[in-house]
Amino acid sequence: MSATSATAPPPRRPAEPRGPAATRRADRRGVELCLLVAAVGICVYGYAEVGLARTGAVPKDAAAYGGGLGGLALLAHAAVRAGARYADPLLLPIAVLLNGLGLVLIYRLDLEPSLGPRAAPAQLVWSGTGVGLFIVTVLALRDHRVLARYAYVSVTAALVLLVAPIAFPSVNGARIWIRAAGFSIQPGEFAKVLLAVFFAGYLSANRAALAYAGRRVLGIDRLQLPTGRVLGPVLAVWLASVGVLVLERDLGTSLLFFCLFVVMLYVATGRTGWIAVGLLLAAGGAAAVSANEPHVHQRVQDWLHPFASIAAGDGPSQIAQSLFAFGSGGALGAGLGQGSSALIGFAAKSDFVLATAGEELGLAGLCGLLGLYALLVARGFAAALATRDPFGRLLAVGLASILALQVFVITGGVMDLIPMTGMAMPFLAQGGSSVVTNWLIVAVLIRISDRARRPEPAPAAVPAAERAAR
Amino acid sequence: MNRCVRHAAAFCALLLLAVLANAVRVQLVQAGRLAANPADRRADIALYRQPRGNILVAGRPVTSSRATGGQLRYVRSYRDGPLYAPVTGFASQIYGASLLEGTEGALLDGSDPALDEQPLWPEITRARQRGGDVHTTIDPAAQQAAFTGLAGRRGAVAALDPATGRILALVSSPSYDPGRLAGAGPSVTATWKQLNADPAQPMLDRAIRQTYPPGSTFKVVTAAAALESGEVTDLRARTASPDPYTLPGTTVRLTNEGAGCRNASMFDAFRYSCNTVFAKLGADLGDQAVVAQAERFGFDDTRLRIPPAVAVSTVDRWMSPDQVALSSIGQFDTTATPLQMAMVAAAVGNGGRLMAPYLVDEVTSHGGTTVSRTRPRLLHQAVSARTAALLQELMEAVVTRGTGGNAAIPGVVVGGKTGTAQHGPANKGTPYAWFVSYAKPPGADRASVAVAVVVEDAAAVRADISGGGNAAPIARAVMRAVLAAPPPAP
Repeated sequence: MSATSATAPPPRRPAEPRGPAATRRADRRGVELCLLVAAVGICVYGYAEVGLARTGAVPKDAAAYGGGLGGLALLAHAAVRAGARYADPLLLPIAVLLNGLGLVLIYRLDLEPSLGPRAAPAQLVWSGTGVGLFIVTVLALRDHRVLARYAYVSVTAALVLLVAPIAFPSVNGARIWIRAAGFSIQPGEFAKVLLAVFFAGYLSANRAALAYAGRRVLGIDRLQLPTGRVLGPVLAVWLASVGVLVLERDLGTSLLFFCLFVVMLYVATGRTGWIAVGLLLAAGGAAAVSANEPHVHQRVQDWLHPFASIAAGDGPSQIAQSLFAFGSGGALGAGLGQGSSALIGFAAKSDFVLATAGEELGLAGLCGLLGLYALLVARGFAAALATRDPFGRLLAVGLASILALQVFVITGGVMDLIPMTGMAMPFLAQGGSSVVTNWLIVAVLIRISDRARRPEPAPAAVPAAERAAR
Repeated sequence: MNRCVRHAAAFCALLLLAVLANAVRVQLVQAGRLAANPADRRADIALYRQPRGNILVAGRPVTSSRATGGQLRYVRSYRDGPLYAPVTGFASQIYGASLLEGTEGALLDGSDPALDEQPLWPEITRARQRGGDVHTTIDPAAQQAAFTGLAGRRGAVAALDPATGRILALVSSPSYDPGRLAGAGPSVTATWKQLNADPAQPMLDRAIRQTYPPGSTFKVVTAAAALESGEVTDLRARTASPDPYTLPGTTVRLTNEGAGCRNASMFDAFRYSCNTVFAKLGADLGDQAVVAQAERFGFDDTRLRIPPAVAVSTVDRWMSPDQVALSSIGQFDTTATPLQMAMVAAAVGNGGRLMAPYLVDEVTSHGGTTVSRTRPRLLHQAVSARTAALLQELMEAVVTRGTGGNAAIPGVVVGGKTGTAQHGPANKGTPYAWFVSYAKPPGADRASVAVAVVVEDAAAVRADISGGGNAAPIARAVMRAVLAAPPPAP
């Protein structure tokens, strides 16, 4: 899916002629608008469907809900028109559709009294905040390459954000929350983007050194270690962030950072040796952590034996409940509002929100959702291939990989493919920090794709040395 | 660098494909196995999502559904639970369902495709039909009379309409309130444990699920075999029967409770319930004749459903002469459910035609449309009409001039047979008191009700324990209740 899309459009050459011909080039904002209308329509339909299934009537606030989502979509669209005319027309509609479907699922789960207070109104406010941040980013960040200058600021901020929750009490075994004045945010979510910016900035500046210097390992040419002087800072930052996360017991995010680091290092240097080193480190780290952390050990046991708690007479575990939900959905699902995914209990609206989609929309609906994520990731990689500067390319690869890795870790976790790690499904799951961060990711991707597809070349921005390096 | 970007993209595609393949595995390949896991509550949730259909007695529901406001939205409740428990059984959110609640479960919960008013439509919309209603054949007056008559003593009553096989009463005592098992929660599990631990076995439906040695009531079968085979042709002819009678091939001497049994005619032997005469008669007939006759009355039938399964009433197929002799007076390995003995009385009262007993008259959809209706069915021609008439003569004499005088109803022809069954180690247990009977309304030549009553723990002086003393008054009360009520609409 994403592979074929990612390889589709060849990057535009900057040698394209200037003048009237260039300005006539289609910006495809009309396509985006049509897709946005369709996306909002699907979400409003889903919302009405929940009401019809549960009470036999369309919810009274269906129009207000549709208006709110449509208004947000239109504002974002206007910002893209004004600030990023040539951006990829698929990114924004997919984000709106996923965000809207997430709101529908959370609204639907709000109807189950056993799952606690309503979460959809707060999620709508957070979505609005996310779209606001999206608009500000698209309008204020005229050129994504500016971010490269803030690589070290980013990494400092990321580390501060990662360390901050240690000062706050742990929630459900993980210290990843900051609670103040009635708000609770997960700073690790924002740290993802900041670390991607840092990795992109640092790696694009030191590519040559990382790729060509250093000792050979085992006498094989391809397995070459870079010099410690170059690699040191990256490794240190990465170790620090992973260490902090292990202390906070947020292993999903830890795994995500690790994979992100390996992928970006590989793309920057082209050295397969990094993958080997990465896999070795990952295997060693996973073994050590699962042996020494009872919290993680339990997760691994749940993964290997999801039904053990039933045999032990303690009732089904969350993973077992999640599997029951997916299984009962079958091919076509029970229909929105008609499933029993509330049995999952705690975290049904956040980590396990996908189980509700699987039960009520079935495999068909799940394929649709995964297809949307695949398309979003593919458009991210397409932007990476189309962009002309190494920083932008690495950043786009990093951001697209963050999305893909999150989808894999969560979907694999709730369906017992890999051990469950607490993480939010992008746009779909309840969680303010997550939805705001994902809007930020989409904003930066739009920024990069706009720069990549913009007709007038910007020779000043692409130095000859960089072009030659490509 | 482009090559590496494409590799990274391919890696991400691989991750998503792995997740997709796993979704197919969970949602399609494993779905059936996951749904079958008893820890998944979805089946229960679907079962109690809407009110269950009702079980009706004489047009009035004896069940209802109560909204819970919980995860399982409705819970079963019962009117006169202990009275009708041997008919309805229970529908429990924890322990499943029994008797009619169980066998008619698919109709009551709406999952039976027979309820579909448009074929396949519910399969397309995946909406469950409202549950149907099950109309029973029970006569509330007869049921109440039997329940009151047993008065909490261990025992059971089964009553039939001989002409159709409709079951008019099915009572087991002591009983329990199925409403206490309906919900979920600690009180239900505690009730379940307590009911199962109770030595009186209140959840046992004795009328159809418990077999007893039938004792002297089995002499109706032995007499039928003798008359059908021609072994006895004249009821009043003297027989060659010693008293006491030594069982063939043994030194066991069989005696009688009363006098006057030596060489007694069948007529006298039957009304005084002479063990010696009938034991010898059975031994003379041989095992094949007795077993064949018993099977024509419904014994040894493993497939009897009313629709709840009925325990098999048995007569051993291969017996030595002394075993046949004991079996012929309802001892040895011969056992019968109260329903089985009611069927024997019904066949005699109905001119020899044994109708298949049934409990469900009609099933209607929630909207009131008839889904199915049970039609009376001949199970066996148990005996010829002539033999039936002779057997009626014997049984009516028991009530007018024999051991069953307590069953007499003024103005009504009643035929019956008492029984006192020994049981337990060395026959030392409190004997079971039996009474089987039928009653003909004035002017009719066929019986309109047949009853079998068994009282296990007749708490009385041992000498008084007899079918005539303990069981016959209950049978009379049930027959009076049926005769007083207008005949049920067919």
